[in-house]
Amino acid sequence: MKMELIQPFINSADAVLAESLQCETRTGDLSMEEEAYRRKGVAAIVEINGDIEGRIILDTDSKTAIKVAAHLAGAEVNPSDELVRETVCELANMVIGNAVTSLNDQGFHFKISPPQVHASEQGLKGNEETEALVMCFDTPKGSVFMNIAMQYNRRRKEERAAAVVG
Amino acid sequence: MEQFAALVRSKDNKPVRYLIVDDSIFARKNLAKMLESFGGEVVGEAGDGCTAITEYERLHPDLVLMDITMPQMEGIEAAERIVRQYPNARVVMVSSVGYQENIVAALQKGARHFVQKPVKADVLYEVVRYVMGDDVLTAQTVGAGGK
Repeated sequence: MKMELIQPFINSADAVLAESLQCETRTGDLSMEEEAYRRKGVAAIVEINGDIEGRIILDTDSKTAIKVAAHLAGAEVNPSDELVRETVCELANMVIGNAVTSLNDQGFHFKISPPQVHASEQGLKGNEETEALVMCFDTPKGSVFMNIAMQYNRRRKEERAAAVVG
Repeated sequence: MEQFAALVRSKDNKPVRYLIVDDSIFARKNLAKMLESFGGEVVGEAGDGCTAITEYERLHPDLVLMDITMPQMEGIEAAERIVRQYPNARVVMVSSVGYQENIVAALQKGARHFVQKPVKADVLYEVVRYVMGDDVLTAQTVGAGGK
């Protein structure tokens, strides 16, 4: 997975978390995940289709999700509240949407699906081509993880190359 | 939250009436909180484009805030349908996906403006004032008898 694809997601997560939580964030560990993805707590998944294909998961442990939801709601929230899951979904939407905006302006064309709560414990494994990359963003409310597995769409790439040659 | 001078309709000095369209409950609550801090009244909410159209027909709000990526019917199509039927409808797109192609498409289909998420209250306030134009007054100017 090339850095040109990853950097917009790092920049976007940093900016969106800092703006939404009104705090400073720190980009923590960045690692390749060889094992199947294991959910940490409350997770939202967004699929992308087009010149680049794959999926991105925004994930955080339950305590952090509750703290973030309470901060953004400006009130206490019940741990079982739908608002906690909604908050993580909307954060994913904003982080991924802003990154997609940047990539589209660089010439990559693709669409994203509305974020969905990712409920299964595991099962989304990267492969040699999709290589799941995991990033951690530390905030005063706790750590937020982003798990990215995506690849260039080979068919689209070949079509573009053919168009250039033609 | 920041303090804003209340915005009222110039025709009757009543609060500006808003319809919020977003599939995220969290996003709708967040926007509602901001609009209420502008002195506005959120008269309706919708979670997809189809419901947005029926809610617009039922409520005739002064301004619609419309997300783009939604299930069933996306925001740009819903905006187009609303504006086609009600040419004076004011629709502002609010989305995290703000690439040029998307913005141009939305404006071509009749949206009046675009605000990128995460929404900043001061940016939204200025956009509401701009889009409402002469149809809105700020509260401190109401008593003064002009804008």
